[in-house]
Formats: sequence, structure tokens, C-alpha cells
Amino acid sequence: MLTEFGKIFVFILIAILFVVVALIAAKIIRPARPTHEKLLTYECGENPEGSPWVKFNIRFYVVALIFLIFDVEVVLLIPWALVYQDYGFTGFAVGAIFLLLLGLGMAYEWRKGDLEWDRPHPIPPVLKKSETDSNLKIPKEEIEVV
Amino acid sequence: MTEFIYLTIILPLAGFLINGIFGRKIKNACPDSIGEKVIGWIGSGVIGISFLIALFSFFETLSLPADNRQTIVNLFNWIVVGGLNVSFSYQVDQLSLVMAMIVTGVGFIIHVYSIGYMHGDKGFWRFFSYMNLFIFAMMNLVLGDNFLVLFLGWEGVGLCSYLLIGFWYDRKFEKGTTADAAKKAFIVNRIGDFGFLLGMFLIYLTFGSLNFNEVFSRAESFNIDESVFNLIALFLFIGATGKSAQIPLFVWLPDAMAGPTPVSALIHAATMVTAGVYMVARCSILFASAPAIMTVVAVIGLLTALFAATIGLVQNDIKKVLAYSTISQLGYMFLACGVGAFSAGIFHLMTHAFFKALLFLGAGSVIHAMHEEQDIQNYGGLKKYLPHTALTFLVAAFAISGIPPLSGFFSKDEILWYSFANGSFVFWLIGVLTALLTAFYMFRLYFLTFEGKYRFSSEKHPHESPKIMTVPLMVLAGLSIIGGFIGIPEIFSGEHGNQFHNWLAPIFKSAERKLITYGSHSHFEEILLMVVSVIGAAGSIYFARYIYTQKSSIAVQISKRFSKGYNLLWNKYFVDEVYDATVVNPILNTSDSFLWKIADNKIIDGVVNSTASIIDVVSQKIRKVQTGVAQFYAVVMMLGIVLALFWIIFGR
Amino acid sequence: MINLSEIFQILPLLIIGAGILLSLVLEMYSKQSEKVLPWISVFLFIIAGIYSLFSINETRMIVFHNMLSVGGNTHVFYFIFNIGAALVCLLSIDYIKKYGTYYGEYYILVQSSVLGMMLMAGAKDLLVIFMGLEIMSVSFYVLAGLNRKRLSANEASLKYFLLGAFATGFVVYGIALIYGSAQTTSLEVITAKFSALSTNLLFIVGVLLFLVGFSFKIAAFPFHMWVPDVYQGSPTTIAGLFSTGGKAAAFSSIIITLIAIFSNSAQNVFAPYLAVIATLSMLFGSIVAIAQDNIKRMLAYSSISHAGYLTIGLAAGNQDGVAGIIFYLAAYTFMNLGAFGIVAMIEGEAESNLTISSYAGLSSRKPLLAAMLALFMFSLAGIPPFAGFFGKYYVFIAAIKSDLTWLAIVGVFSSAISVYFYLRIVVLMYFKELSSELTLFESKTGLIAVIISSILVILLGIFPGSILQLITNFM
Repeated sequence: MLTEFGKIFVFILIAILFVVVALIAAKIIRPARPTHEKLLTYECGENPEGSPWVKFNIRFYVVALIFLIFDVEVVLLIPWALVYQDYGFTGFAVGAIFLLLLGLGMAYEWRKGDLEWDRPHPIPPVLKKSETDSNLKIPKEEIEVV
Repeated sequence: MTEFIYLTIILPLAGFLINGIFGRKIKNACPDSIGEKVIGWIGSGVIGISFLIALFSFFETLSLPADNRQTIVNLFNWIVVGGLNVSFSYQVDQLSLVMAMIVTGVGFIIHVYSIGYMHGDKGFWRFFSYMNLFIFAMMNLVLGDNFLVLFLGWEGVGLCSYLLIGFWYDRKFEKGTTADAAKKAFIVNRIGDFGFLLGMFLIYLTFGSLNFNEVFSRAESFNIDESVFNLIALFLFIGATGKSAQIPLFVWLPDAMAGPTPVSALIHAATMVTAGVYMVARCSILFASAPAIMTVVAVIGLLTALFAATIGLVQNDIKKVLAYSTISQLGYMFLACGVGAFSAGIFHLMTHAFFKALLFLGAGSVIHAMHEEQDIQNYGGLKKYLPHTALTFLVAAFAISGIPPLSGFFSKDEILWYSFANGSFVFWLIGVLTALLTAFYMFRLYFLTFEGKYRFSSEKHPHESPKIMTVPLMVLAGLSIIGGFIGIPEIFSGEHGNQFHNWLAPIFKSAERKLITYGSHSHFEEILLMVVSVIGAAGSIYFARYIYTQKSSIAVQISKRFSKGYNLLWNKYFVDEVYDATVVNPILNTSDSFLWKIADNKIIDGVVNSTASIIDVVSQKIRKVQTGVAQFYAVVMMLGIVLALFWIIFGR
Repeated sequence: MINLSEIFQILPLLIIGAGILLSLVLEMYSKQSEKVLPWISVFLFIIAGIYSLFSINETRMIVFHNMLSVGGNTHVFYFIFNIGAALVCLLSIDYIKKYGTYYGEYYILVQSSVLGMMLMAGAKDLLVIFMGLEIMSVSFYVLAGLNRKRLSANEASLKYFLLGAFATGFVVYGIALIYGSAQTTSLEVITAKFSALSTNLLFIVGVLLFLVGFSFKIAAFPFHMWVPDVYQGSPTTIAGLFSTGGKAAAFSSIIITLIAIFSNSAQNVFAPYLAVIATLSMLFGSIVAIAQDNIKRMLAYSSISHAGYLTIGLAAGNQDGVAGIIFYLAAYTFMNLGAFGIVAMIEGEAESNLTISSYAGLSSRKPLLAAMLALFMFSLAGIPPFAGFFGKYYVFIAAIKSDLTWLAIVGVFSSAISVYFYLRIVVLMYFKELSSELTLFESKTGLIAVIISSILVILLGIFPGSILQLITNFM
């Protein structure tokens, strides 16, 4: 008899097979007549300029993190919402504490100004290689402006 | 109070810490001599309180039934590993209480005396902190319930002795400095300690424990060869000869007089040097199981007593005379232990603590008055200037000479009697001879110092010491007079018997059972011997008086007539020189020419240095592994994991 | 069902947890947080530590559906973490001023790392261990690089994060394999089934991976590579916390996971692995430490070799070994924090005075500091009668009892090597001329912290028997 993991394994196996079989079948069946337009990255758009490895603003990272946190919150809250009534007040309290903690974290971020998009531009540090020391020196100017 | 007995150990430690850490600050913070008073009374106060606790414990123990007077106070477990279980626990019983009261009581008196004696010394606070540390170590020694705590105390008192002998480290002493004297004391003691350590190892090997009660009960019940007991007892006795200055390790005690006089009184007369006697008495059952070593103990004690007494006859330094007298009296105590009269030994230990401390403190008072002059040839007629000191000194001199009814009479005659009854006539004869010599040199000292004409220059103006020094003298004089009454021998006290003996009897019960019982002797014999020794002592006192106050020419004539013998005594039988020639110099030479230059410099240093440099080179190579590249670190981790997985999957 | 009364069984955790929230609010709204927060942290740590110590004899129980254990040695660990963290906070007050970069998150993160450690020590479930590990580690990553104007701090933080995440991956993988083979994450159940499971290769591999992940946290060879760089780059006080609290927490987790082995109800299949790790860590740490010029790096390598000594106790796999480890951890926490504390006090602005030679002649400038540093060095080197000696002694005895005498010999040999670099500092302080350019900063709170640790080191050296007995009673 298959264990629970065994079922998952079969499931994964079927998934892999499905993709592989479909791709191979397509490769065999489809006609191959490449033209210049067809080989472009964006067949129906503009040609890309330069490398795609550009620096994003670090604030996207903050936004992404916050999104992640609240995403996880939702994932946890849905099962909680389904059963909390069975546990009476305790169940409610536990969920409330969880929300409170997240809210406090949110409030902290808000208060500290990490959610402000339009912050003054910091002067980027000028990294110099001094002759004696390999340590990188940072100029006196304040980097961080709140 | 018995359960608080550990306070008698912790309080001196606290005193040591307070004075040791804040002493200098206290002295600087307070004006004039107030700082000294504060320091002195902190130092003395903690000992005084300890004495009170010991006293209360004594009365509490006294109210218990005689066979149930042992209390173990466990402070904490120290080392618990395998079969070895050593704890800091303290054994309160008859013997340790007597010792504790002597140490804290006499210690307290001497501390108070020191406030006056050390007045104005730049190391005042240091002195009191060392003295407190000494009491701490000594209390560990006498109260510990196992050999390791005893040994810790044993080493601790040795350390304090070293610190205090060299207290005036910048002063000259004889041929060298006080530091040399301190070193000598420490090194000679070390030889004894080595013996003691060996004894301890052997005890652990034989009995599987270091706890007194366990060892002693096993010593009775285990079936152990007598030769083992002989070895154990011999090693322990070697330890005792070191600490208690017996032949052949007595040479350090006269030099120990380099320390301040209260130190000599406390450490080198009343307490530390008697540690050996205490240890022998504590291990009475081990010694009793080794009759051969008992004889050795008795003979060594007797010889030391006689030997030191003869040297004491001719010395001119007031403290030197007292030092040799101490060695001689310690010899008596070992004689007592050697003939199986352990309680007589402890009794003499106690009375000796009173009168010898008094003698030293009196000598200190004289030295104080004479501005550090210690040669008795330069004293004379001081009675007029120092009436209290002279009177108390006289009391002590009578006590040590064994004149009834002072304390020394009871304790010394008890020893002499047992040496006759349990030992032999020869033991007694030499003992009495020593007693006569003791009386003689003690009164030689007294008469040359306090009676007769002045022999000091007119620049000196001797003056009586302040109250803080004379009151302790009087207290000790009182103790020297009445101290003996607790041990009145059976023939006088009748059916009650000897109270002191009865008190200690449970401790020595098993040892006495093992020893061959004494032959029967009549009371007449005992009284006869007593009368002989008292008459002898009185005679030699009179003789001393005659020579040193009326016909001092006799002394000169005798010394001329027997100039060789006199020289021998004056140079202390050349023992120091013999030791120098046979032991010290060969060792020094070997260590200088071979051990240091070749064995140490070439071989040991070479091995050590090359090992070190190899490791250094290896270290320099390996450190390069640390490149600082995080990817490389991850690779190393990965390798480690792969190896571990390989091992667990394929290697099992 | 959740039983609300169980909440009060975990009071130390609640104290610190509530402390974090309180500190967050304070940091948000108070301008005085720099002055207030350290003292609140110290206060809370001391309350929690003392409470743990006094509730040590409470009925030991397992609360929250077999998730957390209460009482006994768990509380011994709580005590170590909390008092250690209190000392770190005391040391930090003036250390932070010296660098002029205060971030309110500092104390909050110290608190949350301690919360993580306490979860690890109290866990009775693999998932709780993992949760604690993550709370602790994430706080540590941030703390390492908190001083973001220093490039070395950034480097330390990033390296620690990358390698730490790498190691955590193995812990999770190990837990997954254990779950796969044992069908549970509850340590109680795993312990009960340990003997049966130990023939299952999947389970053994799982536990091994788990051990590997924690070998990273305890800084054992060959998972030690991050240690010198991270210790050097992070603030000195925080490096002290890494090397003491972090290490102790990791060991507590290993002990509670392998508890079946220590109660001798299962065969110690990991003994060879642990013995090899121990040997390599001890020797590598001791030997490489000799070549160091920077005192923080030297202490880092010393921490690696101490991880080796501690692992001997694991390899021994008996109750004596565990008792020895716990005693050793207590001793190590206080002596190492003391040493790091003094380093933090001597350290000058911009990472100056960190070379070993700047300690020359310290005894004439700062006799008290020099004496205490000498004490810590003696104790670290394992010279009796200080705490460090007894820690090593108990661990070695445990090894000898389980027939690993060779390991004990290697340990003694490595200690002998280590004496060289520890005593070098003592020699420099006492027998060398004063280095003139040394400018010293006064720090009253730091001094208090160092004095407390030296008192604890001495106390542990005087009463080792009683404390070991206490620990053994809870086994």
C-alpha cells in the first residue's frame, strides 16, 4: 500500500511526466519554420537595450518584505478563521495576539518612516581604496537622513 | 552555635578581604591614627567574634553526652568525582574545639596587642590582613573533617608564615634579608609537606577515602599490614617535623624570628607550629597502629627537646632563645604523643600557647621599649622601666619552668610521668634534664633582661608599653597561672580524674585501646618523680639567679673553660653549616652547572622551544586557510557534510 | 485545548517576550530610549534569570501539547542566557557611546535573540527548536551588522547571514528526514523510539544533518569558517553574545535532541563523528589562535577550540558528559563574556587597540582590569582553581568513563597548547613596558559587568561540586 508520501511521489511523477510528455509530443508534432521575427525576445514589442541586471531601488525590497509578511499572515489566518470558534475565547485571544504582534511591527515600521517612499536622497558613500589600508573609507557626510 | 561554626572560618576571611582590599583606602581616608585603629579593630574584632562562637560551641558541646560530641557541619561539596568525594565540611569535636579556642582566643589577644605593637608601620593594613588570612587557614586546618581541607589549611598557614616572616622585606636579618629567612622557612616546610602529601596519597590508596571518620573507622576494621601503617605514620610524621620544627627540619624556626614579634608569638609559638602535634593527635589511631613509628616520634621529640634546650643556654638574642625554647617544648609534645599520651600532648600544647605567647609578647614589649635592640647582653635592669612587662614575663618564666601551681607544671609533669610510665626511665631522665635546662635558660633570660645593672647606652630611654599592649600580657599571664587547673592529675583531684583527659578521651579511645596498656605504677612513684623535677627546676632557677645577678664571672669562666662546647652550642651545633655543605650547596651547584645550563637550557628549553616553534610555523600555515571568501567557507562546510554523510552511509 | 494556566509555567519566556513589545513601543515614542532601553533590558534579563534560578526546583513538566519543558536544567540554561545577556547589555552602554552610533533596535534584538535561545533550550519539539533557532539567528545576523557605517560589520553580517542560512538549510533538511522516518517531530516520541529508529538509515542521516547544522552554530571544525571574520567584524559585545549565548543555546538543542543517547537507552552511533569533530576543533582552534595578532580573532579561535572541548562531552554520551557540558557552558559563558567585556572596554575608537600588543603594560595603567583579564585567561586556559578548569575536568572525566581516554588526552594536549596564547596576554600585561599610545575610556557599567563575571567565575571555581550536583539532580 502506498504511504501518504508515496501518493505525493506518484503525484509528482505524474506532474513531471505530463510536462515532459506534452513537450516531447509538441516537439514531434509541430512544424519548425523559424524566421527572424519569431526569434526575437519580444516578438511583438521593443528590442531590449543593455543588460537586464540593473539595480533596483532598495525600497522595493522593503515593499516585498512587507508583502511577504502579510501574505504569510493571510495564509495563517485562513485556517484559524475556520476553527477559532471551536476554541472559544482562547482561540480568539490567540488570533488577536498574533494580529497584535503583526500590527505592532507594522506600526514600528510606519513610525520609523520606513514606509515613506519619498525620502530625501542620501549622498551615496564614496568608496576609495587608500594606499595603506585595504579598508574602504566612508566620507564624513551623513549617509542617513531621516 | 555549633552549626554556625563555619562563621569562625568565614569571618577571618572577611577580615582579610576587607583589610586587604580597602586597608590602604581606610588608612588614607582617616586622619592620623584613627585609620589604624579602624583597621586594627576590624582585624581583631572578627577574630574576637570567632572566639565567642567557638566558646559557645564549646559549651553547647559540653552539654551533650560524652560519646556524642561530634558534629559535622557541611558547608558545600567541593569535588565529587568517582570515588573521591571531598567537601568543605567542618568537624566540631572535643579536639578541634580545644584547638579552635586556642587559635581564636590567643589569636585575638595577639591581634589586640599588635594594634599597639605595629603602630606607625607603613604596612599596618597588610599586617592585619595577613594575620586574618592566617587565622582563616589555621581554622581550616583544625576544623576540617578530611585530609584535603586539613592540607589546604596546612599549606595556607605555610603561605601566611612566609608572608609574615618576610613582612619587613626591606630589612636586614643576620647574613641576608628577612626575605631569605622567609624563603628558608617556606622551602624547609615544603620538604615536610611532601612527606605529608605522600602520606595522604597512601591513605587514599589504602582506605579509599580522605574523610577522617571514614579513614579512622576503616583503620580499625580493615585488615591492613602493619608495614603500611608504618609508612603512613612515617610520612605523616615527616610532615609534622617540617611544620612543627623537629629534628631534622627545625632549622627554619630560629630564622623565622625575622618577622614582627606578634607573628612569632602567634604563628611560630602558639598555633602554626603546633599543627604537627594536632595532626599526630588527630591521626592517633594511625600512629597507634604503627608502634615502631610511635617510638620514632618519642625519640625524635625527646632529642629535639634536649638539643634545642642546650642551644638555648647560650644564645643572646632574646627572640632566638624563645625560638629554641619553642622547639624544645614542641619536642615535649611529640614525646607525649610518642608514648601514647595524646591528651597530655594537647594539654601541653594549650598551656604552652598561653605562656609562650606571653613570653614572646613580653619580649616584643621589651624590644619595643629598647628600639629594636634584641641582644640581652645590652639589656639589664629593665624591671624598673617596664614593671608590667617584667612581672608578666616572670609569671611566664615560672610557668614554663614547671613551678607549681602554674599551668606549665601540670602539663609538663603529666608528660614526664607518662614518659616514665609508658616509656622508660631514660625518657624521663632526659625529659627532666631538659626541664632543668629550660628553667635555667629561661631565668638567665629573665635576669639578664630585667635584673642587674643597665648595660645599654644612655641614649636609650626605655618606657613601658601602652595599655593596649600590657593588657593582653596580663590576660595571658592570668591564663598561664590558671590554665593548668583544668588538667589537674588524678592523684590530686581524686575520683574525678583529669578533667582535660576525660574531655579528650573519646577522641583517643580507639588509639589507646590499641596501644599496650601501661604497667602499674604507684602514686608514690608519681609524686616522687614530680617532687624531683620541681626541686630540680627550682634549683636551676636559683642557680641562674646566682650566676647572672651575683657572680656573672662564673658564666664567663665556664664558657672559657669549655670553649669548644660553648662554641658548639653558640653555633647551634653547626647544623645550618652542615646542611649548607651537604644538602644546599651540592644542590645549588648541580642545579647551576648541570640542571640549569644543560638540562634546562639545552634539553628542556630546546624541546619546548622547538615544539613551540613547530606549532608556530604550523599555525602560520594553517591560518592562510582563512581566506575571507564566503564561497570558500561554504565549500569547506559542504566538504565536511559530504564526508560525514559518506561515513554514516558507508562506514557503518 | 490550550490551558491558560500553562502560560504561567513559562514566565521567563513571557517576561522577555513582553519586554520586546514594551521596548518596541518605547523605541517608537520615546526620545530617551537610548538611556532607558539598556536598563529596561538589564532589569528584565536579571528578573528572568533570577526567577529561572529560583523556580529551578519546580515540578518539571511539559506544557503546550508537548512543545516546551519547564524546570530543571532548562532553567539552568535560562539563567545562563539571561545573566549573560544582562552582562552584554551593561557592557554595551558605553561601548555604543564610543562608536556614537546608537540604533534603538540593538537592545530589542538582544532581547529577541535571548527569547530564541530560551525557546531552543526549552523545546520539546523539533519545530520549536527550529523556531527558536531562527529567532536567535535572524537577530544575530542583524546585530552583527547593526553598525552599518562600518564596512567590516557589513561584511560580517552578510557572511554570517549567507553561511548561517546555508547551515539552517541542513537543519531543516535534517528535521524533514527525521519526520519522514519517525512520522513525528515530538522529541518525546523520538526519544522513546530512538533505539528502534537508529537502524533506519534515513533517520540517522536526518539526525546527522541536524547535528551538522548545529555544528555550525557551535562553531565546530569544519563549520567554523565564519567565526573569526564575524567576531572581528561585529561589535565586540555582540561577539561576546555570539560566542556564549549562541553556543550555549545550540548545545542545549543538541542535548535535548540526543537525550536518548545520554540516558544510555540507545547506542551512541554518532560518537565517532562527534569525537572527530571535537578533536579537529580543539587542535585547529588552539593551534591557529597562536598566530593571531588581533585579540578578537584570537578569542574567536579560542571559542572554536572550546567548542571542541564541549563536544567531547557529547561524544562521551553519558550523563556525566551532559552535566559536564552544562557546567562548562556556565563557566565558559561568564569567563568568555568577561574577556570580551574587557576587550570592549580597552577597544578604542575606529577599531583601534585591538591588537594583542596594545595590552602591553596594562597592569600599571589599569591594575584591576589587568588582574581580571588575567583571571579570565587563566580560567579559559583551564588552570585550577578557576571555573574553566573544572569544566574541562568534568568533560574529560566523562570521556574517560565511556572509554574515550584518547579523546581526553587530546583535550589535555590541546589545553597545553592553548596555555601559550592565553598566557601571552598575561605576560604582556604584567612584564612588558606600557604602550604609550593607548587611550582608555572609562566605563562604570562595563566595569560592573566584568566584576560580576569574575565573581561568578571564582564562585564556580570554588563550588563546582555543589553546582554539578544540582545539574545532575535534574537529569
